[in-house]
Amino acid sequence: MQDKIHSSYKQLEQKSKYTNLFLRWFLYLVLVVFAFYFIFPLYVMVVTSLKTMEEIRQGTLLTWPSGLNFDSWLVAWGGRGYGAGDTFLKPYFWNSIKMVVPAVFFSTFIGAMAGYVLTKWRFKGDKWVFLFLLFGCFIPYQAILLPMARTLGVLGISNSVIGLVLVHTVYGIPFTTLFFRNFYVSIPSELVKAARIDGAGFFKIFFKILLPVSTPIIVVTIIWQFTQIWNDFLFGSTFSFGEAAPIQVALNNMVLSSTSVKEYNVDMASAIIAGIPTLIVYVLAGKYFIRGLTSGAVKG
Amino acid sequence: MKTLKIEELSKNFGSTEVLRKINLEIDEGNFLVLLGPSGCGKSTLLNIIAGLETINEGNVHIDDYNVSKVEPKDRNIAMVFQSYALYPSMNVRENMIFGLKQAKVSKEKIEEQLEKVSKFLQVDALLERKPSQLSGGQRQRVAIGRALVREPRIFLFDEPLSNLDAKLRVEMRREIKKLHQQLKTTVVYVTHDQTEAMSLGTNIAIMNHGVIQQNDTPENIYNKPSNTFVADFIGSPSMNLIKGNLKESSNKVSFVTHGSNIEIPINGYGFKEKSNLDNKEVFFGIRPEHIFFKKSNEEDFEINLRADLSEYVGHEQIMTFNFENQEVLAKFPSTVKIDLSKNTKLFFDLTQISLFDAKTEERI
Repeated sequence: MQDKIHSSYKQLEQKSKYTNLFLRWFLYLVLVVFAFYFIFPLYVMVVTSLKTMEEIRQGTLLTWPSGLNFDSWLVAWGGRGYGAGDTFLKPYFWNSIKMVVPAVFFSTFIGAMAGYVLTKWRFKGDKWVFLFLLFGCFIPYQAILLPMARTLGVLGISNSVIGLVLVHTVYGIPFTTLFFRNFYVSIPSELVKAARIDGAGFFKIFFKILLPVSTPIIVVTIIWQFTQIWNDFLFGSTFSFGEAAPIQVALNNMVLSSTSVKEYNVDMASAIIAGIPTLIVYVLAGKYFIRGLTSGAVKG
Repeated sequence: MKTLKIEELSKNFGSTEVLRKINLEIDEGNFLVLLGPSGCGKSTLLNIIAGLETINEGNVHIDDYNVSKVEPKDRNIAMVFQSYALYPSMNVRENMIFGLKQAKVSKEKIEEQLEKVSKFLQVDALLERKPSQLSGGQRQRVAIGRALVREPRIFLFDEPLSNLDAKLRVEMRREIKKLHQQLKTTVVYVTHDQTEAMSLGTNIAIMNHGVIQQNDTPENIYNKPSNTFVADFIGSPSMNLIKGNLKESSNKVSFVTHGSNIEIPINGYGFKEKSNLDNKEVFFGIRPEHIFFKKSNEEDFEINLRADLSEYVGHEQIMTFNFENQEVLAKFPSTVKIDLSKNTKLFFDLTQISLFDAKTEERI
């Protein structure tokens, strides 16, 4: 009887071993398939941007380029050098930088302040304020186009980088406030009490005590806001044109307005250039993100 | 002059009443413990003393000066929190001198204070460390140090030991006691732990539902609880409260439970008012540690009760007896052998009993 039970345990053990092995390999298979699926478009973009037009016409999408040919990248960035009708990314890239940096800074800063007030300096009706701010997260972009255009007109900053900074700051505040509020809720209010007894005021507590431990959420907010604002096309195309346009609008103009032949290599290079800054932010900030998460926390 | 005086203080959050007409006084150098179950308002009271909460009615005086509308930093108090509330981005030194820097104390004075306090609390080797690199006990010391450097008139402690493990808690409790003995500063200490309260306080104020139930010395709180709440709250296991009636005949008073003919003579009891006692419905209160297995003094009352349950806890055992269908708990040394489901001869020490009116639940 005992032996019988033991031998059946052995069988079960074997069986579970095979099942686990199978599942593991199946998992890898699925992962590999998805990895290919996601990397494929990037591969096509990079490869195409390095080809000449001749190569593109003759080969297929997947063919390897004959050599490292960065001509189309140079054209995408700096143009061909002849006068009218030559659209290239350089000036618009700087437009985007000029728009993104202040917009990310202001929206993050205001969000941090608002989150601090909503959690550590509770006031009558603070829940409603937060609710309305949350509501701001759910308003679709399209709904605010007209009122915003009017506002920018009244302020006299339509079709300017400053106007776009304002739009993105205002539209970002609900999100940044939400991030910071949820982060500060988890920081013990006793810290604020202790600081008040020590004689620190509203701003001192914010800058000296809360902000230094906020690195993880600041990084999360910056990644989010940077990506949102850099990649935005709708606000950019609605509230600016010509000289003041951000890079995404310029990219669109470039690709659509080429009169003669479709230059796929230049288009691909431009698209990659337009996407590089967000990649850089992810790579750089991601590192600080992990560091912030592991070092800052002091539990009670 | 009272170091701290609270008059007719009331506080409500919206429609919930948290504190009702609190009156408290502390003399210089005393250690007052605010003790009560969670939600009784003790922490709110402490926050009000600190100035972190506003007052709805009443006043708080520190050294005869009405501080009800004074900012926390100007009240000459310091507070130690449950989570220690050390500033995570600053090292121990910066944490300890943060308050003095805010108060614009001179550099030399700050250094002097820091050195004195950090030596005293043995944290002088930790000054450059961040709070996250400290153990629980060290954080506790730094938090106390941060309070000490300010040389406050009153120390406020908000459950400072509840985040520590059991062993460390006992150690830190002794350190706080020593600290108070050496410094003789006035202390207000909030806790829900009765052992902490009993061992630390020179005075204990027991609170429930925003009202102070009894404010007295630890001895009186333990021996003469002013109502059934206090009697029940203090002691582990808590006081046995046996329901019954008083019987008065020819100047002799005795206690009888319902459906029993056992009369417990209580002539020696110090009644507050010795009238209208006959037939009064009362709770007869006796602590488990005042029920004995052997007769220890002449007046002990002998009684036979059936043992129902035994709980062995190492150094002692807690026995549950049946007294006319009411449970009576008693504590004995664990060496005593008692048979379950059998009648056992027990002795009540009648000098240690308390009697409460069954209706008002107040001591009589």
